[in-house]
Amino acid sequence: MKLKVFSAPYLIWMAVFIVVPLLMVVYFAFTDDAGHFTMQHISDVGQYANIFVRSVWLSLVATAVCLVMAYPVSFMLSRMDKHRQGTMLMIVMLPMWMNFLLRTYAWMTILGNNGILNHLLSLVGLGPYKFINTSGAVVLGMVYNYLPFMILPLYSVMVKIDHSLLEAASDLGCSSRSTLLRVVLPLSVPGITSGITMVFVPAISTFIISRMLGGGSNLLIGDLIEMQFLGNAYNPHLGAAISLVLMVMILLIMTLMNQFDPDEQVLM
Amino acid sequence: MKKLGKIYMALVLLFLYVPIFVLIVFSFNETKSRSVFSGFTLDWYVRLFHNRIIISSLINTIIIAAAASIISTILGTLAAIGINSMKKLPKTVVMNVNNIPIINPEIVTGVSLMLLFVFFAARMNFEFGFGTLLIAHITFDVPYVILNVMPKFNQMDPHLYEAAQDLGCSPLKAFSKVVLPEIMPGVISGFLMSFTYSLDDFVVSYFTTGSSSQTLPITIYSMTRRKVSPEINALSTIIFAVVVIVLLIKHTVETRSAHKSSAQGG
Repeated sequence: MKLKVFSAPYLIWMAVFIVVPLLMVVYFAFTDDAGHFTMQHISDVGQYANIFVRSVWLSLVATAVCLVMAYPVSFMLSRMDKHRQGTMLMIVMLPMWMNFLLRTYAWMTILGNNGILNHLLSLVGLGPYKFINTSGAVVLGMVYNYLPFMILPLYSVMVKIDHSLLEAASDLGCSSRSTLLRVVLPLSVPGITSGITMVFVPAISTFIISRMLGGGSNLLIGDLIEMQFLGNAYNPHLGAAISLVLMVMILLIMTLMNQFDPDEQVLM
Repeated sequence: MKKLGKIYMALVLLFLYVPIFVLIVFSFNETKSRSVFSGFTLDWYVRLFHNRIIISSLINTIIIAAAASIISTILGTLAAIGINSMKKLPKTVVMNVNNIPIINPEIVTGVSLMLLFVFFAARMNFEFGFGTLLIAHITFDVPYVILNVMPKFNQMDPHLYEAAQDLGCSPLKAFSKVVLPEIMPGVISGFLMSFTYSLDDFVVSYFTTGSSSQTLPITIYSMTRRKVSPEINALSTIIFAVVVIVLLIKHTVETRSAHKSSAQGG
């Protein structure tokens, strides 16, 4: 019996619901309402260069903050004894199981103009400050939501580093600092690259975090796409063009990340 | 140095948990204030349970997640069986296409499916709603099922299936007696993963649903867009409690089975 036939239903499904929709994005990006070929929409994307720059910048900052914050956490996790490791990992990952809308909403209530932070500050005679609807709030929202995506791949690479390697390094005269730089860091590169992709991709394409924490003045690429499809500015051709540019950007970044990491696929 | 590490860990945990505890505390607040706690009440919980929209979208979410994950598990497991017996090149091509919904930003998956549905809705006269939502969920669920099942095939001895047939099993029997038990852990984790992804999904659902079929995340989103209502806090508290209970059960089961297997392994 040919086992291959079992994959037929899903192959058809993939063709219809993965490949065709992506081809439609490409088709819409290069055609007008009458179905004629045009480069207009692609070149229109250029008008939104400032939004692209802001998206790249804010998500780069968020990715960098995540990396710096997560690295020590993952390292400490990976060096705990096996039983505590499981429990601690669960505690670290638990907030991620809450829907991200609720997590972002929580920050809305904290950072709001009449929020808790301003209330607490007013008790000591400070403020009120404007926290919400700033680009800082957007970065904070990204870091909060995607930090576990950095911790997990780093941890899963670091946990494989044999402890005797670290002992050997210190026996051979490495300070703890140079052990970290010359042993742990090189061995954790695959975790770093996949952590970066796992944070950067959702961060650059979000529209919820910017909408809830950034107000109207911090639009990102995601907001721009959403507005073309479900907003007042209904224009699926422009929306498809922006989506296409976003996809190409992400593909380039992932290829770049793969360069640093020859043996492992940047995935989960 | 060790102490410093502990302090750092505590600070990160504080950062992760403070927002959630703020939500929980203010779910018991008497007034709608989001900054001053004025008194204890359970009113918001009562209101939550009387909120028809929330209850019906919760039921809807569970139906969609259950249907999508069951269909995805069957579709994905069958696909994994087939993909596993493919030659290297077609296998790589199929796996790469399979990875697209995982790698692609959710918003692109959402709008691409929306374009497809808009195109066919006009020609085949259907509306956005349960059907489109279900298709969208299956589309992003199956890849996770396949990614969970495929490694089980790689760990398995490929000759086992043939050996069972040589020893007199029919192909179907050989499959159910030999192959299925081997891949079962992957099938189950694939199912659980797709179920949780479906429960939690907002972005893809947002682009592929109609007004007739709201899921809980979509209802939450529209609640956050309107004026402040502590019902969201009450809902968050309940969701948090459920998550904690489920994870605690999962954790105890895992630690127990780990103890068992390490005891058996000597």
